[in-house]
This record gives sequence, C-alpha cells and structure tokens, in this order.
Amino acid sequence: MGEQRLDEQTGQTTTGHSYDGIEELNTPLPRWWLWTFYLTIIWGVGYTIAYPAWPLISGATSGLLGYATRGEVAEDIAAHEASNAALVEQLVAADLTEVASGTDLHRYGIARGGAVFRAQCSQCHGSGAAGAIGYPNLLDNDWLWGGTVEEIAYTVQHGIRNETDFDAHYSQMPAFGEFWVRTEIEQVADYVLSLSTGTPIEDGADLYLDNCAACHGDNGEGMRDVGAPNLSDAIWLYGGDRDTVIESISNARFGVMPAWGQRLSEEDVRAVSLYVHALGGGE
Amino acid sequence: MAFIDKHAVLERSPTLLLVSSLLVVTVGGIVEIAPLFWLENTIEEVEGVRPYSPLELKGRDIYIREGCYVCHSQMIRPMRDEVERYGHYSLAAESMYDHPFQWGSKRTGPDLARVGGRYSDAWHLDHLIDPQSVVPESIMPKYGFLLEAELDGDDIEALLSTHRLVGVPYTDEQIEVSYADMIAQADPDGDWDAVLERYPGAAVGNFDGQPALTEMDALIAYMQVLGTMVDFSTFTPDASR
Repeated sequence: MGEQRLDEQTGQTTTGHSYDGIEELNTPLPRWWLWTFYLTIIWGVGYTIAYPAWPLISGATSGLLGYATRGEVAEDIAAHEASNAALVEQLVAADLTEVASGTDLHRYGIARGGAVFRAQCSQCHGSGAAGAIGYPNLLDNDWLWGGTVEEIAYTVQHGIRNETDFDAHYSQMPAFGEFWVRTEIEQVADYVLSLSTGTPIEDGADLYLDNCAACHGDNGEGMRDVGAPNLSDAIWLYGGDRDTVIESISNARFGVMPAWGQRLSEEDVRAVSLYVHALGGGE
Repeated sequence: MAFIDKHAVLERSPTLLLVSSLLVVTVGGIVEIAPLFWLENTIEEVEGVRPYSPLELKGRDIYIREGCYVCHSQMIRPMRDEVERYGHYSLAAESMYDHPFQWGSKRTGPDLARVGGRYSDAWHLDHLIDPQSVVPESIMPKYGFLLEAELDGDDIEALLSTHRLVGVPYTDEQIEVSYADMIAQADPDGDWDAVLERYPGAAVGNFDGQPALTEMDALIAYMQVLGTMVDFSTFTPDASR
C-alpha cells in the first residue's frame, strides 16, 4: 500500500493503491446515494419484521401484518363477491323463466354470463357463440336439448354425454355402417337431404321410417328428449353435404359437453344460461 | 478501520478471494434454500395427487418435446382474475411428480394447469389438428402430425424407472405392467378397471378415434388429467401460506 497524497491535477486525494505506478483517486460516493443505500438496509430490516421472512425451527416468522398470499386472494374474491352479494342472492333464488329482460337482475346476469361464456364456453361455441363444425351455434333457434332458459341451465349444469355427471344428457345413435350396405346408407342420406327441401323423395323412405324416425321423427323434425337433431331444416351440426351425412349415418356422432356445474358456481351457471338464452334463439 | 483494511489481503490473492467468495455464497444459499426442506408451511400434503399413468407420462414427454411450455404455463397464480378464468390456484403439491415442473408466467397461450376435463376428447383432437377450426382467433400451430405418429412405447419401463430415480413413488408392479397399462388406457377393449385402480381418475378411451395408439392419444390423455387430481370440493387450503 502506497502513501495517500494529494493529486495536484484533480485536487483530490488518492487511495494509496498503486498498481504498477497507476494510482487510484479516492472519489467518495455521492452522499445522496450512500444515504439511500443505508435507508434500504433499514427498510429491509423493517420489511422482514412486517412480512413473513425468517426461517425458524418449524416454520417461518409470519410477520406483524399477518400477510399471506392465499389470504390476500381470498379477501380479494370475498370483497368482490360482497359488492355483488344482493344481486347474486337474487340470481340464485330467482325462477329463471321469470327474470324479465330490462331488470337490473337480468342485466347483471347477462353481464356476468357473458364473462363466463367468453372464458369458459367460447373455445367450443365460438367467442360470438356461432359455434363450429360439431359444436352447436347458440345464436339460432335450433336447439338439440331444448331452448328454454331452464333447459339451457340444465344442459350447462350437467353437460352432454360426459363421464363425470350421472344426470348428463345422454343418447347414442347407432353406427349404421355396421348393419347397412353402402347403397342403403346412400339412399337414406339422399332421403335425409331431401327432407330439408320440403319434398322428400321416395327412395330410402322405408329405411328411414323403420330405423331413424323413432328419434328423428317421421318428418325429420327431431326429438329433444334424446337430443336428436332436426333434419328438416337447413341447419347442420356436422355439415349438410352428402359425404358428411353419409359419414354421420355410417359412424354416428357422439358430441360431448362437460358438466359445468362441477366447475362453475351456481350463480355462474344461472348467469351464463340467461346470457345464452338472450343471444337470440331463446324460447 | 484496521479490520476493514485487511481486505487488501483478499484482493491480492485471487485463490483466496475465490475460496472466500464461494464460502459467502454457500452460506447465503444454505440460508435461503435449506429451510424449504423442513419448514412445514412450505410442504403441503394434499390428498389425491398421484404419479402420472404411463400413457400420461408419454404425453407429457411429447408436450415437452413439442415445446408446448414455450407458450403455455401450468401454474395458476393466487390472484382473483386467474382464479376466475382458470379455476382454483395451483398448489405446489400438484406438481410434486413433475420432473421438470411446467410452471411459468409467460402466456402466449392460456394456462393449462386445470385444462383436464374442461373440453371433450373430440375437441382436443379437432383443436390439435387445426386450432383455428374451433378457435378462429388462435395463433397456435397445427399438430395434426401427432395423429400419424405411432406411439413408441418401448422405453416406457425405463421412463417410469427414471422418474422413480428422482423421487416419483412408482411401485415395482406399476413399472412391470407399464407397457400393458399404456396400451390399455387408450383401448376401448382394454382393462380400464386395472388402469384406474393403479391411476385413479385417469381419463380412459380411444382419445383420437383411431385404432392405432398414436402420440395424439398420449397427449390428449395427459391434457385430460391436468389439474383434476385434487378434489377442491373437499379440500380447504391452509390460508396462512
């Protein structure tokens, strides 16, 4: 270590460090910086006292403020629920068919249900509820399992053909490819396609009446008890071209919807039902 | 200041400086890390969490191979908006058999920690083949090639053994019948009861609708179990954590 001395050119003292003749000026830290640094140390000590920090034998200090991440989110959720408590209570108690549009309750249900729909339902039914191939459009008035608000609520609550809810809607169309030859399937496909034109053809009518009409109806009007689609309109769940209809008849379809009652709160199920009912096709 | 001046000794000996730095960092590391192994409130026992079934584990390997984690996290943070969108916040115990874990907060795609049971198998199939067919706004790439790739399960026993090596409690029996379990889980004629006895709550079925056991089957089986192991209707998390 060399001697500390005054550096004439800068007017500062040196540290006395000398490396191969190169000396180091003793430039002190700016005072504001130094004091800020000391303050952060004091702040840090206070912080570990106020918040959970120091590990001990069986647990960590819990902090004077009693903060916990889970506690905070629980409070957050509780505060939000409390702010809507009156409307939620009404929503849960209400007879859904009696909730008239234009009331505060209806507006609240639509707003809440819309949020639920966008987060939970849009992946299959589309963010605009127009559906996709295999996932029903909820904007029209063609319903598989019923379009009253109570029926919609039941479908949301229990789902369709899932394995988790015993009360889920259930039905299974036979795969006619196992019993019929190709020409028979084609005949019935052509007959089914002619149903929606209003003038059904002759060929295939007998096969249809014997095998399909029990669920889909004599005139293809469908049956909601078993979720059998209406075949006499121009709305097709899996597509209305001849090849797709042949595929549907041959291998049958088995659309599944989860039981949302197992994931959503009762008020969310009711709200989203009001929302779907109000989309345009509600009965 | 005599003691402070002693730093000159450290500064002039690189070896001594290196060794001393290592010691300081070691002390810091031990203080920060070691308590996590014994503090009770960092180890939460949760009922229902089980090791992945062989098919799910293969699916997980595909998930990692395809880099799904680059866009999707598996960690629902304890915040109201996340809980509302994805479900109950994730518990550490739910990823106790994940090696490596799939936590994260970068979400180009949605979090998948509770995607199990949320969509039907058919939806997953449609969505993996062509995500835009069901979610037009999606930017996810197509993974239809998984449908063509037959699942290579020759290494399944080794895979389970490796996971046992790092702490997943697979039994000898589970490893022994792992190949059969892997086949059975996605086979409509398989012995599902046996699979479900060893791996309760597993999704069973012909996930991709094809006779062959493909990588698609494995990936969908994995998707369908995510976040479903803990029954939150009976579970009350300790709020002090």
